[in-house]
Amino acid sequence: MVTTTAAVLAGDTAKRRGRGKRPRRSAATRGDWIVGYTMVAPVVLGSLAFVIVPLVTVFWYSLHDWNVLANTFTFAGGENYERMLSDQGLHDSLLASLWFSIGLVILNIALALFLAVMLNQKLPGTTTFRTFFFSPVVVSLVAWTIVWSFLLQADGGINGFLNLLGIHGPNWLRGDFTAMLAVIVVQVFKNVGMNMILFLAALQGVPEELMEAARIDGARAWRRFWSITVPMISPTILLVSILTIVGSLEVFAQIDVLTQGGPGNSTTVLVYYLYQQAFQFNDFGYASAVSVLLFIIVLILTLLQWQTRKRWVFNEN
Amino acid sequence: MSNPRSRRRRVPLAVSAGIAATALALSGCSGSGTDAESADGPVDLRMTVWTADEAQLALFQEIADAYVDENPDLVSSVKFEPIPFEDYTTTLTTQLAGDNAPDLAWILESYAPEFVASGALTDIAPTLKDTDGYDYDDLMDSSLELWQKDDGLYAYPFSNSPFAMFVNTDQLEAAGQPNPADLVESGDWTFDAARDMSAAAAETSGKEGLVVRDFDFKAWEVLASVWGGWDAAPWSADGQTCTFADPAMTDVMTWIHDAIFEQGAMPKPGTTADFFAGDAAMTITQISRASSLDDSFGWDLVPLPAGPEGQQNVIGQAGIGVFANAAHPTIAADFLAYFTNPENAEKLATYFPPPRESLLNAETLAEANPKLSEEQLQNVVVEGIKDATTKPTHKNFAKLQDAVRQQLDDLWTADADVSSVLSDTCSAIEPLLEG
Repeated sequence: MVTTTAAVLAGDTAKRRGRGKRPRRSAATRGDWIVGYTMVAPVVLGSLAFVIVPLVTVFWYSLHDWNVLANTFTFAGGENYERMLSDQGLHDSLLASLWFSIGLVILNIALALFLAVMLNQKLPGTTTFRTFFFSPVVVSLVAWTIVWSFLLQADGGINGFLNLLGIHGPNWLRGDFTAMLAVIVVQVFKNVGMNMILFLAALQGVPEELMEAARIDGARAWRRFWSITVPMISPTILLVSILTIVGSLEVFAQIDVLTQGGPGNSTTVLVYYLYQQAFQFNDFGYASAVSVLLFIIVLILTLLQWQTRKRWVFNEN
Repeated sequence: MSNPRSRRRRVPLAVSAGIAATALALSGCSGSGTDAESADGPVDLRMTVWTADEAQLALFQEIADAYVDENPDLVSSVKFEPIPFEDYTTTLTTQLAGDNAPDLAWILESYAPEFVASGALTDIAPTLKDTDGYDYDDLMDSSLELWQKDDGLYAYPFSNSPFAMFVNTDQLEAAGQPNPADLVESGDWTFDAARDMSAAAAETSGKEGLVVRDFDFKAWEVLASVWGGWDAAPWSADGQTCTFADPAMTDVMTWIHDAIFEQGAMPKPGTTADFFAGDAAMTITQISRASSLDDSFGWDLVPLPAGPEGQQNVIGQAGIGVFANAAHPTIAADFLAYFTNPENAEKLATYFPPPRESLLNAETLAEANPKLSEEQLQNVVVEGIKDATTKPTHKNFAKLQDAVRQQLDDLWTADADVSSVLSDTCSAIEPLLEG
C-alpha cells in the first residue's frame, strides 16, 4: 500500500513539474485537438439546438402574452408568473402531479425490486417471466393505453373478471380516486419491466462472498437483503428513483387517452394542464410559464436526489 | 505571445459561440414570410381538412385541379391536408403558432366565434359577391349567421348536417314497440316516447337503448340535440349569462339523468355502444353517418323528437375560412369562391348538405345519398336545416367546454343533485362568459 501511494505521489509531482515546461504542441497533437472537437460537435450542436435554445426561447415566451389566433405577442413581464400564484387550476394540477408521482414511485420501485429479487433466483422458467414482464416496455405507449381503456370500462375486462369472483367492480375511470389509481397502475405495468431489468443487473453484481460471509455469521434472508443487498444496489435505486420521478412528471399520453384530466380535474397533472393551456386554450405565453415551472421542479428534485445520495448510496461518501 | 492555457480556453469559447450563432440562425424566426402574392409565378395553396375519406378528398382534388387548369398563372397546385378530427383544432393552432398557417382551413362550428372574433380569418364576402355567377344571395342567412361579424363573412359554411334519430326497427319490433315513423306521422314522436321505447328495447335485447352519439360524458355540447325540445341553452344568446341553472335546463338534465340511471334508457358512463354495430336501439347523430349503415339490421331515420316545448331542429356546421396571415389570402379567397360556386356546391352536396337554398331539395340530395329515401331526405334534411339552431358556440368556447365538462362530471352519478350541480356549473363558468 505504501509503495503504491508513493508511486502515485511521485507521478503527480512529476506532472506538476512538467506543467512549467510544457513542450510545444506538435502537429499530431493539434490534429487530435481538431478531431476531438469535431467528434463532440454533433452533441454540442444537438444540445444547443434541441435543449438550450428551446429552453431560452420558452423562458422568453413566458414573459409574453401570446394568442396565436389573434396573432398578438406582447411583452407582459412577470404577469404570467403572478397569475400562477392565484390560478386554482394550476394548484390542483400540482396536487394531482404530487399524488401521481408518489403513487407511481412507490408502486413502481417496490414492484420492480420485488420482481427482480424473485427473478434473480436460479429457478426454471425465470427467462420466460423476465421476457413477460419486460415486454410492455417495447409496446407502443398509446396502443398500450388504448387497450387498458377498454379493460377499464364499467363493463370492461377487469370488471368482467371481478364479476367471476363475485366482486362488483367500480367504474374505474369515473371516480376521482379510482381514475388516478387506474392511470398509475397502467403506467406502472408499462414501465416496471425496465426498472426490473436495472435492478436485476444490480442484484447480479452483489458479491456472492459477502452473502456467504453473512450466512456463516448467521444472518437471515431479510437481514442479508436489508444490510447487504440494498446498500450494494443503492446506486441503482438512486438511478431508478431519478428516472421514475422525472418520468412521473412527464406523464401525458395515458391521461389524454384514459381520462382527459377527469373526472372533474382529478387527473389533470401538470403536463396535461400545460397542454390544455397551450393547445386547447391557445394561451402559449402562460403555458410557457407553466413549462418553466415544470422545468424548475424537475431540476430541483433531481439536484436534491443527487445531493442527498452521499447519505444513502453505497460508495458515494 | 498569448498564454497557451488562455488560448485553449478562448478557442472552445469561440467554437461554442459559433455553434450558438449557427443554431440561433437555424432556429430563429422564419419571419412573417414574404407576400408571395406579389411575387411572379403561380403559387401553391394548402387547405387543412378533418376528413380522410378518399372519395371526398378525390372530389376536392378534382375541383381544385379544374381551378388550377383555369388559372395556371395564378395557382400551380392545391393540396388538401387531412388532420384527425380529435386533434384538428389543436393541430391547426399549432400550425398558426409555428408561423405555418394553411391558406384555407375547415373550422368547427363550436370554435367559429373564437376564430371570427380573433381576426385570424379574412373577410371573404367581397370576393364571393364579386365572383361572376356565384349567386351570393342564394346562401341562406340562417347558415351564414354564425360566421359573420359586422358586414363581413369570415368562413363559408360548406356543411350543414342536421341531427336526427336513427332507429333499429328490428330491436324495437322484438320489444313490441311501435314504429317511430308512425309516431312521427301521428304527432306522438316525443322524447318521452323515445325514452320508453329505448328502455323497453334495451331490456329485451340486453343491449343499450338511446345513445347520443359522440357525447360519451365528455362532449356535453352534443346534448344540444336534446335540449332543443325543452328550449334550454347553456348560456344566453349574447353569451354573457349562464343559463345552466334555469328551470328549462334543470328539467332536461333531470330527464337525461333519470333516463340513464333510473329508466335504463341511455347507457351509463363507461359503457361503449355503437348503434351502427347493432349495439343500441336508437341514436341521435348527424345524417352524414348514414354511410356507416349496412343491411345487417332494419333501420329507419326520423326527425328529432319533440320535447315539452315542441320540436327543435339542430344542425352541426363546418366552415371553410381563409387565414389572413397565410401567404396568399387573396388567391385563396378566389379559390374558395370557385370551390363553392353553384356548380361545385352541387358536387359537394354529395357529402355535405350545402347552405344554398336552390340545392336544398330532396331530388338533389337523393343523388348524393343513395341510402336515404327522398321522403327521409325531405323530412329530416331539407326540413331539418330550415330554422335549425346550432350546437352551443362562444368566443371562449375551448375554456368553457373544459370547465363545463369538469362540473358536469358530478352529474353523472346515480345519486347526483341535478340542481346543485347545474348551479355550481354556472358559478364556475360565469367568469369565462364575461371574459
